[in-house]
Amino acid sequence: MSLDLSQFRATFFEEAGEHLLSMESGLLALVPGANDPEQLNAIFRSAHSIKGAAASLGFQHVAAFTHTLESLLDRMRSGEFPVTEAAIAALLTSSDTLRALVDASRVDDAGAVDTRKATAALATLTGAGAEASAHAAPVAATPLARAAGRDVEVRFVPHPSLFLTGQDPLLVVRELVGLGERSDVTCDSSRLPSLDELDPEQCYLAWTIRLHTTATRELIEEAFLFIEDDCHYEIRDLVPAGDVATQDDAASASAVEPAPVAADGTAAPASAERRRGGERRAVAAPELASIRVPIDKVDALVDLVGELVIAQAMVNEIVANFHDGSLAALQDALGALDRNTRELQERVMSVRMLPVGTVFNRFPRLVHDLSSQLGKRVRLVMEGEETELDKGMIERLGDPLTHLVRNAIDHGLELPEARRAAGKREEGTVTLRAAHEGGNVVIDIVDDGKGLDAARIRDKAIANGLVRADELLSAEDTYNLIFLPGFSTAAVVSDVSGRGVGMDVVKRNVEAMNGSVTIQSEAGHGSRFRLRLPLTLAILDGLVVKVGGTAYVVPLLSVVASLRPGPRDVRAILGQGEVLVVRGESIPFVRLHALFNHPEGVVEPSQGIIVVLETEERRFGVLVDEVVGQQQVVIKNLETNFRKLDAIMGATILGDGRISLITDVQELFRIATNRRALGDVAALAAVGAHQAPDEDFVS
Amino acid sequence: MGKTALVVDDSTTMREMVSYSLKEAGFEAVTAGNGQEGLDALSGKSVDLIISDLNMPVMDGLTFIKHVRAIDSCKGVPILMLTTESQQSMKEQAKAAGATGWLVKPFNPEMLLKVIAKVVP
Repeated sequence: MSLDLSQFRATFFEEAGEHLLSMESGLLALVPGANDPEQLNAIFRSAHSIKGAAASLGFQHVAAFTHTLESLLDRMRSGEFPVTEAAIAALLTSSDTLRALVDASRVDDAGAVDTRKATAALATLTGAGAEASAHAAPVAATPLARAAGRDVEVRFVPHPSLFLTGQDPLLVVRELVGLGERSDVTCDSSRLPSLDELDPEQCYLAWTIRLHTTATRELIEEAFLFIEDDCHYEIRDLVPAGDVATQDDAASASAVEPAPVAADGTAAPASAERRRGGERRAVAAPELASIRVPIDKVDALVDLVGELVIAQAMVNEIVANFHDGSLAALQDALGALDRNTRELQERVMSVRMLPVGTVFNRFPRLVHDLSSQLGKRVRLVMEGEETELDKGMIERLGDPLTHLVRNAIDHGLELPEARRAAGKREEGTVTLRAAHEGGNVVIDIVDDGKGLDAARIRDKAIANGLVRADELLSAEDTYNLIFLPGFSTAAVVSDVSGRGVGMDVVKRNVEAMNGSVTIQSEAGHGSRFRLRLPLTLAILDGLVVKVGGTAYVVPLLSVVASLRPGPRDVRAILGQGEVLVVRGESIPFVRLHALFNHPEGVVEPSQGIIVVLETEERRFGVLVDEVVGQQQVVIKNLETNFRKLDAIMGATILGDGRISLITDVQELFRIATNRRALGDVAALAAVGAHQAPDEDFVS
Repeated sequence: MGKTALVVDDSTTMREMVSYSLKEAGFEAVTAGNGQEGLDALSGKSVDLIISDLNMPVMDGLTFIKHVRAIDSCKGVPILMLTTESQQSMKEQAKAAGATGWLVKPFNPEMLLKVIAKVVP
């Protein structure tokens, strides 16, 4: 039987990630000079668990490196080595290296990871020797030479206490018998007392086994592996053949652990297989993403499915015996079915939900490192870590959040002297806060630093040609300039946050999750970056609209209003496209019939409906034929099976079984505000160019 | 009649790997994340084999074994220790606590099956 452990790689990576995090937070919590054995043991255990599992899965680099790390931790927990600032720093570096090794192991590339820095740090600390112990002594894999067939007599006398450790002497006898071709077993019952003196928990028997075998002495001794201290045994060659050489071979090979030589020869030498790294890489199974779900969530699902089955049985029952009076009962039963289905949907979605804390927990380390690097004093406050978000979003949140936190510390917070001069506490505060707000999750990254410098942002934007020098911008519009590609206010690109990938990437990542970023800032008091994200990527509250007989879905979150404009409410402005005037506000809008090519759709706005949408606190409209109603829809990705369509984020299946496309509000907005947008020309032609003076519409 | 084994280890990966190998060997596997959970799993239930890690939070492996051996119905159950330490001292401590045998990590299924054959009838 050959068992494949590679299926547990995903579990290992997930678990190793958790252990690395707890190691890191444990290390960060260590106080130099203090010796907290429990805490050190917890850190040790994390390293130990990674090592054991890594070795079992054949990740030798991970195992070997962890071994070095573990040795130091072992000495620290026993008090042999002091907990110093330097030791903590070296251990933190090592845990980074370990993380790199683990990550590289996903693609079987751990050999390429440079462990020298960390190994050197550990070696300097412990004073040499670490290098040598970095690699556990490889087990000699020399196959055991088979001795020639001979007759052997084994005498096996268990101690009476043998049963106390759960041993079964019969199994030893069987193992011995299994080693030979012919065997003869005699039982010695001479020690057996009379029945009234017999203690059933004691072993009184002894055996003599005669074998004709090719097994080496070591292989025979292996039968006594667990009980060598619990018995007396003798192995005697009855015909002492000249196999001295064989015994020498065997002795050297099996000093540590006998190599697995199975009698039937099927046991695959696992270590040899692991050494063939190249081959392994080629066959490495694609890693399956997995999710860990608390058992109570699963139990709730099972219960609910049970109820669903009952509800359905009720419906069947009523329908089978249907008569005039059954209608009310049928409605009730369908109502129950509906309730159950909705609850099931919610519960299933909640299975994918993870607490935001799983991304937040990387920040204590980041803040620790950054603050010492920049000479700033920072207190990190985290709130609402238990707020749950879709697993897919949690994974994609890491980078944008990291960038914003770096930014807050690097650009937001001042140096201690500057803070003191400004009458603030020397220690700056960065707050990460997550909370539910309606159907959204809101994540704030707040700092109490100097705030954004609107004048400097503006100058920089003008210098970069992003705005005209005479352009009037609100404070908020000015702040939003930092989201433009290539924008960076730092005069000197710092090592910490100015790496060319800037806020534009943050914004793009967040918008890709159907979320938004907004900025609030007050000079001298700090800034707040607010991410607003939908709860899940998979389900959307939609407004179903029709254009030329085809249904489209507009994300309800963005809908502000829908209205039928009067004939004079729509104007076309040269150079700006069409706008809808609502209570003095002019709102650009897009004609969906033109954009999606439905010539049969309603062309005259006063015959249709304009749905007013909002994105990033800017408003625009879309012209549709009619509004059908609200509906929750399940988003299906179009790109995986088809291709990306302009202004479409996905598709869904409506209640009547028809496919409907879901519009992408961000892209629609871009089209609505882009003068050369598709449909603009058609719009101008259709409206008959109602011209209005430009200066009325500063938007 | 299938056999049942209890696997006690704080590492999910190890628990899963050992359980999987046990299933292949015809065992039904029950798992626990530390010694205390292991004892909880044993209350009112008998198993044919126990495999336990040594260093675990809440209750370590040696304490766990001592408690198991004090349970009447578990006196004769074979207990294997999972250990990375191959030192004699660890084995002696384990034996003194009542362990039947040990499995030295890195874990490999073939080794497990071989060792099981040594201790489970």
